[in-house]
Amino acid sequence: MDKIQSLYEALTKVDGFIYPNELALNWDMLIVMYPYITGLVAGAFILASLNRVFDIKALRPTYELSLLTALSFMLVATMPLITHLGQPLRFYEMLITPHLTSAMAIFGFVYLWYLMVVLLLEIWFDYRYDMVIWSREKKGFMKFFYKALTLWVSDTSPESRKTDEKIGYFITVVGIPSAFLLHGYVGFIFGSIKANPWWSTVMMPVIFLFSAMVSGIALVMFIYMVVTYLRKQKIDMNALDTIAKYLFYILIIDFTLESLDQIHRIYEADESFDILKILVRGKLFFTFFIMQIGVGVVIPLATLGFLQFKKPRVRIRKLIYWIISICVLVGIFYMRWNVVIGGQLFSKSFYGFTSYKVNLIGGSDVTLSLLWFIVPFFILAFLLWLLPPWKKAPPIEIPED
Amino acid sequence: MAIEKENFSRRDFIKNSSMFAGGVVFASLINPYKFVFATKQPKGKGKWYGIGIDIEKCIGCGSCARACKIENDVPDDPFFFRNWVEQYTITNDERILVSSPNGGIDGFKQPVPDEDIYKTFFVPKMCNHCAKSPCTQVCPVGASFESPEGLALVDQSYCIGCGYCVQACPYGCRYIDPLKGVVDKCTLCYHRLEKGLDPACMMACPTGARVYGDLNDKNSAVSLFLKEHNCAVLKPQLNTESKLFYNDLSQEVH
Repeated sequence: MDKIQSLYEALTKVDGFIYPNELALNWDMLIVMYPYITGLVAGAFILASLNRVFDIKALRPTYELSLLTALSFMLVATMPLITHLGQPLRFYEMLITPHLTSAMAIFGFVYLWYLMVVLLLEIWFDYRYDMVIWSREKKGFMKFFYKALTLWVSDTSPESRKTDEKIGYFITVVGIPSAFLLHGYVGFIFGSIKANPWWSTVMMPVIFLFSAMVSGIALVMFIYMVVTYLRKQKIDMNALDTIAKYLFYILIIDFTLESLDQIHRIYEADESFDILKILVRGKLFFTFFIMQIGVGVVIPLATLGFLQFKKPRVRIRKLIYWIISICVLVGIFYMRWNVVIGGQLFSKSFYGFTSYKVNLIGGSDVTLSLLWFIVPFFILAFLLWLLPPWKKAPPIEIPED
Repeated sequence: MAIEKENFSRRDFIKNSSMFAGGVVFASLINPYKFVFATKQPKGKGKWYGIGIDIEKCIGCGSCARACKIENDVPDDPFFFRNWVEQYTITNDERILVSSPNGGIDGFKQPVPDEDIYKTFFVPKMCNHCAKSPCTQVCPVGASFESPEGLALVDQSYCIGCGYCVQACPYGCRYIDPLKGVVDKCTLCYHRLEKGLDPACMMACPTGARVYGDLNDKNSAVSLFLKEHNCAVLKPQLNTESKLFYNDLSQEVH
């Protein structure tokens, strides 16, 4: 077995002392992808709700795109977890016999609630009228398919559209705490492990939540630019500037929270501090200081901060936004990496470190992680073809009472 | 045929909901910590196992670790153990050196010259069978559980191999079996205890450094061990209520 072989190799790279069983990093890159992808979902949804609930009109062009992005990533969000299991075919046990004291057991339900009740329902109500119209226009299989998607509801009266709008609004209102729950909960899975001082902090759910928002917003920003480019349309710069503004604000909150966590850790300097200091300065130096903080926070914050005061020409601004969205996405990926992998590199004996080598070629965890990151883009392409936001009927005006 | 429709009034709805909510509150009053701790010490007179290890008596021969591997089909590789021995060496210049080559199965070598050693000792490690075990608490399917005798066990036919318990154990006592894809750990040789036999590590120890027994029985070997020695547990600050008690535990040991 090549896995055992790589463990023998790792055995030669142990620094200091680790408990013998700690050599194998049980949570590999797939578990890095899990909070990453879940975070993208929560963040993209929050961006959609900014338009719907908080009535930020400038974000209208990205509303459907945000929802479909959230759905595409949501559909694969559990796959890294399931493919990582030692017994993948037993995953359903978590749903039929959940152990209620386990933080992980409830994830299945939080996930299903979010997927079924929030995302699918919201998208359905948002597209119902359009799907009825499309089912009338298309022929053959597609006619049947759209009909099936409408669940054979064919009401196109203005009253029905108003009802759709109202229910959709209500679902979004429910969806915001749900999105918070979804990702705060993922943070709790790590934050509640008292055995691991790198994870065990009450800040973890909050930090996960805000980093999720940051990454989701950056993802929608990236996808919006790429999709508009591919469609050879003109980008709505007002929308893009507004997204960038929110990205800037939430990035500030996220960075403040993460700094608070680290400052607290450094100032308290409890028994785990010495080993964590060596960890961060040594094995995590590149991924923490360079990638997570440098690429993921400092560059975007400085650039976006500059743009709040001075707006360069549209062409340059577009390029900046495009690069910044990638920087943020990379930075948040490394944030997840530092949590998941970093938390397993040091020994719970506080006397040493194990190592983790990414096998770029042939490593099943890397291949699968890449797969689960790429698949959502294909799902999104399909969804955009099936439910193109740009072909939707103009929204119906609801007179204010 | 007429459709019978049950007529629920709002009053019924409020009544039913408040009964349900009241029931939940009442249940949580009866057993308020059920969701916090995976298990609680049974009040009955059943057995409640604890383990004692006398560090003064351990000679670092590794027989316990070897016996455990053979008895429990633990993979031979030097990074899967249910039971292992650590060697601590504290030098005159206050460096702490710890090692456990192959879990101590092949014995130990002391790389530090005698004149530089301040003190040195061996610490055998195994599952602490905590009364508030963090590992069974986090198992998403309940495959890791505590037996009524207070032993943390795994139902391997049910374990999904997520590794969450491995992360939750503060003592590094669990590993994922590479062939079975499920978690494995010390059971205090539950299969032997059931037959009235001693655990393999206890049998193999040549110096009697290890004892185990019923903590509820004040005349059991472990109860007497606790009475006669000043014992400590590992990482008491984590409040796992470990039931593995060490005599002469040095503060350097984590």
